[in-house]
Amino acid sequence: MSELTGRTAEELGAAIAAGETSAVEVTRAHLDRIDAVDPAVHAFLHVAGESAVAQAAEVDRRIAAGEKLGPLAGVPVAVKDVVVTQDMPTTAGSKILEHWLPPYDATLVRRLREAGLVVLGKTNMDEFAMGSSTEYSAYGPTRNPWDTGRIPGGSGGGSAAAVAAREAPLAIGTDTGGSIRQPGAVTGTVGAKPTYGGVSRYGLIAFSSSLDQAGPVTRTVTDAALLHEVIGGHDRCDSTSIDAPVPPVVEAARRGLTGDLTGVKVGVVREFAAAQGAEPGVVAAFEAGVQTLTKLGAEVVEVSCPHFEYALPAYYLIAPSECSSNLARFDGVRYGLRVGDDGSRALEEVMSLTRDRGFGPEVKRRVILGTYALSAGYYDAFYGQAQKVRTLVTRDFTAAFEQVDVLAAPTTPFVAFPFGSRTADPTQMYLADLYTIPSNLYGGPAISVPCGLSEGLPVGLQIMAPTMADDRMYRVAAALESTQSPRLADQTPEVTA
Amino acid sequence: MSVATTDLADVLSRYEVVLGLEVHVELGTRTKMFCSCPTTFGAEPNTQICPVCLGMPGALPVVNAVGVESAIKIGLALGCDIAQWCRFARKNYFYPDMPKNFQTSQYDEPICFDGAIDVDVDGKPVTVAIERAHMEEDTGKSLHVGGATGRIHGATHSLLDFNRAGIPLVEIVTKPIVGAGADAPAIARAYVAAIRDIVRALGVSDARMDQGSIRADVNVSLMPIGATEFGTRTETKNVNSLRSVERTVRFEMLRQAEVLDGGGVIHQETRHFNEATGETMGGRVKETATDYRYFPEPDLVPLAPEREWVEKLRAELPELPAAKRARLRSEWGLSELDMQAIDNAGAFDLIEATVSAGASPESARKWWLGELSRYANEHDAELAELTATPAHVAELQSLVDGGRLTDKLARTVLSGVLAGEGTPAEVMAARNLEVVNDTGALTAAVDEAIAANPDVAAKVRDGKVAAAGVLVGAVMKATRGQADAKSVRELIIARLTAE
Ligand SMILES: [Zn+2]
Repeated sequence: MSELTGRTAEELGAAIAAGETSAVEVTRAHLDRIDAVDPAVHAFLHVAGESAVAQAAEVDRRIAAGEKLGPLAGVPVAVKDVVVTQDMPTTAGSKILEHWLPPYDATLVRRLREAGLVVLGKTNMDEFAMGSSTEYSAYGPTRNPWDTGRIPGGSGGGSAAAVAAREAPLAIGTDTGGSIRQPGAVTGTVGAKPTYGGVSRYGLIAFSSSLDQAGPVTRTVTDAALLHEVIGGHDRCDSTSIDAPVPPVVEAARRGLTGDLTGVKVGVVREFAAAQGAEPGVVAAFEAGVQTLTKLGAEVVEVSCPHFEYALPAYYLIAPSECSSNLARFDGVRYGLRVGDDGSRALEEVMSLTRDRGFGPEVKRRVILGTYALSAGYYDAFYGQAQKVRTLVTRDFTAAFEQVDVLAAPTTPFVAFPFGSRTADPTQMYLADLYTIPSNLYGGPAISVPCGLSEGLPVGLQIMAPTMADDRMYRVAAALESTQSPRLADQTPEVTA
Repeated sequence: MSVATTDLADVLSRYEVVLGLEVHVELGTRTKMFCSCPTTFGAEPNTQICPVCLGMPGALPVVNAVGVESAIKIGLALGCDIAQWCRFARKNYFYPDMPKNFQTSQYDEPICFDGAIDVDVDGKPVTVAIERAHMEEDTGKSLHVGGATGRIHGATHSLLDFNRAGIPLVEIVTKPIVGAGADAPAIARAYVAAIRDIVRALGVSDARMDQGSIRADVNVSLMPIGATEFGTRTETKNVNSLRSVERTVRFEMLRQAEVLDGGGVIHQETRHFNEATGETMGGRVKETATDYRYFPEPDLVPLAPEREWVEKLRAELPELPAAKRARLRSEWGLSELDMQAIDNAGAFDLIEATVSAGASPESARKWWLGELSRYANEHDAELAELTATPAHVAELQSLVDGGRLTDKLARTVLSGVLAGEGTPAEVMAARNLEVVNDTGALTAAVDEAIAANPDVAAKVRDGKVAAAGVLVGAVMKATRGQADAKSVRELIIARLTAE
């Protein structure tokens, strides 16, 4: 293994800029690493080796020409396969989009390229981002580098595993109910969900439009902040994107690394702690993390979010409702899979066969759930009611943030679980998102940062902040990280094929 | 079916008709409602498309501000309230010419609501209440190939053109129109015509029914006289001419009455109007009502039109057709009957333009309702399609007023204009039709006539002025009728009495 794949993105960017190494060398080192470990990990659905090297060479040429590029120029990045890329197939983990080559780049991909980042390929995920384990990928699951018999989290398990296994220093994830943060927690990496509207959704294949948010997956908090700064900011192509400057996240992360949290008020939500189902080892690692924050000078207080218990059910009505409509376009008429078009069948039959064959069980389950929840006669009781809960949860958090600067919670109730242990009962899988869902509902930013091990597996601590106060969570997360030496993300065991 | 054997009066002796009209106006914005694709009519299939209007995975809509402005203008012109806050909604149903399998529309939060307009039915105003006017996007177009009828049934395959997908529409929905009685077909027609004229006056749509930029859905139901509950309605979709709107209402009234008279029931269904037979035809009767599963569009932020903006748009509204008609009727000094004749001839805009070009209202009306209407009738053409324009007519009249053409010569010149020979001045010059008023030429002709008729000249010199007619006739003959007889006469008398 090249020493280059062990470095942080920040270090790689600096070395490339200083001419100590080149973008091509760094890219080749990561492609070699993918060759070596991805057969065991299966983090990638598509590796774009040739185009990555070409992109890297272009960055080297620009640096040689004296162009001033950003701090991540020449650094490789892996992109979750739910984000469209013009030069690489984009499947969203589904058979219905197998071999589909998008006609355009997502805004965030365009920003990555403009900043000189090198796109290595596309990472595995639960189909259409629905799942917490990558077991619902139509192309087989990704394995957790800490234990290849266990799940890497989901839906963005591919991005998290790629970063944990040092196949890429940076990755892009998307988070609808925890799909960046829960994989981050169970792979010992950092996963940040920016404020809703902070990163453009243009080019994200929509699962639940009002909840989806793209963000960074990295091995350090500073790397996450650097990547956040590249992809964040207003986009005219996304009406829900916030027209304001990106909060000063890099500055905040650097400040946090000094290890001083004097004057910061951290809230611990009473109802989170009271919720059933969290593993004792997870609770212990979380409590130790909170202790550390106190030692760094933070004031920790208990706060209440009385409607927390309704957040999960509300989420499982809103997200499926929106997805039932968002996924209607996959009908075999214009692109992707088409089944049964042999001249003997009517259009409706071809559409129905295509969707039956093209969608996996979890997607079908949610489309059916959402279709039902939006139906005449049920709308008020289900979708309407869930929207009311969303308003109440938002009020709870707004009130909590009047008392504290950030909130802390475990990222997910359990460590990486063995394959097959939660697929039989969907509600057991849904529990993985218990602590991550509230911030999607109220739209605020949240980050998962490693805080310890339980049974030898990583545990994540989640910091939540008010909308457009993303900088606060980076500061607190970086402070926690500063106490770990070596960082948990640098302790991933070596993967053997 | 034997609807010819019953008539409307008979139907109305037993039933009351309830009408509802939904008019779709395609806005004339330069770009589509949610993307920047152009909206030019008649382009090659699938050349005005992008990831957004094709509903490609990941693509997102952005609202066209001009589309919103146009919708507000329409709402204001229809006397509607403009919402302080409203949202788009998704109308979910599967159809291959709808790229996302949902239409971005508005549901329970339309941008405009609670309006009313007066429409003119045979000279009497009828108020039609407007329920709402909301924004939505158009669908693409399907072309079914291989079947005999061009309909999906029997086709071997279908072609899809998405150029129209995403073009902005405003759908204007009336409240139920009750008590129209025998006027129902005429009210429906007059209402759609009024909407067409209003959106045209606003400049927000070219309002061409023949190109589908205005389409009407016609809802008709009957209920027994005295009943309080409306009968089951049918909805005849995409009726695309004023005449068809009128015929649809009449046909449905007669058809439904026959069904009800025979003890049958009317099914709530979508029907289509067949221009050739003048009948409406039912589609497949659905077992269940379509559930569109409307919900607020999460990809778009709510709209909250600022009040100052709305008031500015209100202040800038152009004069609307009904007000303009009333004003011009009084300015032109015409009776309501005269105005109806003008309306029926489709000459209102032409006369107005002719007057604007400098002609008097009387002369403009005389030309358009006289000579030009006659010509249009003979050639089975619309007045607006003739080669002669309001500018031509105004020019022609000014030549008459200036003494350069007589009425008779002017008609000859007009026939040249209609034949495409040029402007009135050009035709007059080319055909050498100008009134001879060059005194040199006329004096010579007069002298010639006097010399040729010494006896007559003597009588006139003796004071028998009436005898001059012979000399006038001779001069007119010599100038091939292009002299003004009155001037010729004066010239002869002056010449003979001055000696
Ligand atoms: Zn477009």
